[in-house]
Amino acid sequence: MTTLESPLADTVDLRDQPVSKLGDRIFGGLSKGAGVMILVTLAAVAVFLIARARPALFTDVHDQNFFAYVGPLVFGTLLAALLALLIATPVAVAVALYITHYAPKALAQTLGYFVDLLAAIPSVVYGLWGITVFAPVVSRDVYPFLNDYFSWLPFFSGTASTSGRTMLTVAFVLAVMILPIITAISREVFRQTPRLHEEASLALGATRWEMIRQAVLPYGRSGVISGAMLGLGRALGETMAVAIILSPANGYFWSLITNQNSNTIAANIALKFPESTGIEINRLVATGLVLFVITFGVNALARRIANTGFNGAEG
Amino acid sequence: MTATLTDPLALADAPLTRGRLGVAGQWAIAAVAVAVGLAVTLPFDGFKWGWALVVAAVTYIAVTYTVARVVEDRRQAADRVATAVMTTAFVIVLVPLASVTWTVIKNGAARFDLAFFTDDVKFTTAELAAQREGAKVGGASHAILGTLIVTGLATVFAVPFGLFTAIYLVEYGVKSRLARAITAMVDVMTGIPSIVAGLFAYALFELFFGPGTRSGLSAAVALTVLMTPVVVRSAEEMLRLVPNELREASYALGVPKWKTIVKVVIPTAIAGILTGITLAIARVIGETAPLLITAGVLDARNLNPFSGRMTTLPVYAYQYYQIPGTAKQAAYDRVWAAALTLVLIVGILFTLARVLATVLKPKGLK
Repeated sequence: MTTLESPLADTVDLRDQPVSKLGDRIFGGLSKGAGVMILVTLAAVAVFLIARARPALFTDVHDQNFFAYVGPLVFGTLLAALLALLIATPVAVAVALYITHYAPKALAQTLGYFVDLLAAIPSVVYGLWGITVFAPVVSRDVYPFLNDYFSWLPFFSGTASTSGRTMLTVAFVLAVMILPIITAISREVFRQTPRLHEEASLALGATRWEMIRQAVLPYGRSGVISGAMLGLGRALGETMAVAIILSPANGYFWSLITNQNSNTIAANIALKFPESTGIEINRLVATGLVLFVITFGVNALARRIANTGFNGAEG
Repeated sequence: MTATLTDPLALADAPLTRGRLGVAGQWAIAAVAVAVGLAVTLPFDGFKWGWALVVAAVTYIAVTYTVARVVEDRRQAADRVATAVMTTAFVIVLVPLASVTWTVIKNGAARFDLAFFTDDVKFTTAELAAQREGAKVGGASHAILGTLIVTGLATVFAVPFGLFTAIYLVEYGVKSRLARAITAMVDVMTGIPSIVAGLFAYALFELFFGPGTRSGLSAAVALTVLMTPVVVRSAEEMLRLVPNELREASYALGVPKWKTIVKVVIPTAIAGILTGITLAIARVIGETAPLLITAGVLDARNLNPFSGRMTTLPVYAYQYYQIPGTAKQAAYDRVWAAALTLVLIVGILFTLARVLATVLKPKGLK
């Protein structure tokens, strides 16, 4: 028996055989090499950033401790990105629902195409639009209003900016930029809602809105959250729009409508890099490393949420 | 709900036995909302469209709810409000997007001329004098060429790199530990902020060519870091869609694995792969921050990516907006023309991706 079995077992699964042909060896080697290169590249990014950042991490530059330098920047980065997320997410979910469940079918596809296109408009264009069109409008019509009636809130206190180069403007422009991303991902998950769930809900007499609440939203929840996280990641790393619009100052500022704003890490690098030398560059690279760590954390969280996914039993 | 079910008499209150708010009713409410919006805002000095829209939207939602509540019932009213909110959100989103497009076209048109595509911004004295007279001089030909060179190089690096990685993930390394590690690292790479990729490329080239090095190649390396994960992701997804029966049929005929991949798997997935690549190019062609750090700015043409600064279109737009020089309006006009060119390139790439996806689809799947 054993003598009969062993040769058969050797030939049954061809995939287990070593690749013998020269062409296969080369092709397999190339593809494996490319895969390994991904790991090498990422390791190189980490190693180079750390190596260039290290000299500035524990040295005072211009009599300033690194952590005192990066603190306001981290604050500004998080503030701008979280505000943008807060503004964009509800609207993005509403737009995604509109496209998947309200708009006529023929129209929905075109709308989806436009939303995707908007995600690809370069950030420098959004920045130019923000400073020339959006900022003047809000600083004329909205900020004085907020300042007059809501200055008892720390966010709207202080002297309202007349140029509109404020944190709130940045947050709105970032929201416009990340909205297409969140919409695109939400739209995908909403579209994948099982038809039977929707029909079951409607058959029980639910209105369209009740059906969405019972079937679509529970199913899409994790997708929406991971889409929002991806949007947050993009907002955190966004450079040019912030660099063009924001009027930065040094320190922590809660007010969103004045000319004094905490800068973001990415915009600070873009603004300072061209005229930096020596240890100043090291310090900027170190702030870049901090940004990398923050976005890495956000993305890891997003993946974790996306992987938990929809659980039919719990929804 | 429970009450309705247990008490048969209460059925009279159930939906569909009561009045309905028809299409005409909805339009009437919309008309009322617009009228209220105008009525509230018109009397103020300096009439503003934005406020009129806001008031109209809020009125529309509020009146819809009240009318539906009276004519129909609570549940229908909630449904109508949801519809109204969704529609309003959609309209609100259209406003900034339409505004961005309109602004770029309107401001970009001023200098969207031949000189813009043939000239650079290294001015001769004669040109400067002409500019003071109001002549349209100067352009972004060097920046357009720079963008093509840098993006082209990045594509040449990232496409084989990303495609082979995807082939490894789908065809060779199935479920191996290396493949799992690569997938995780591709995810991490997707999240690298563009400016960090720029810092990496700068640090890499500084090591070899000394501090302060700027070159087109270094910019291409930064873009490659950003582009590769996008290519891997889309190509991987497309290769996975190829049915296994096709591969098995090919193996059964004695075709070696690599030939199966080249002749069967990739041609089947080519539409999706090319679409993914086109979208990846569209994504990186507008990157500004990494290029600002790695390639810098130069006022004249430099076609050699291996040495010297090289202006690209997005950096051009940023730089001359921030530092317009003495002839401010002329510089701004060129900036907007550059923005318009950039948006057009992205739009063309997007449409191309769409066309590729439909034209190259294998016959069986059309």
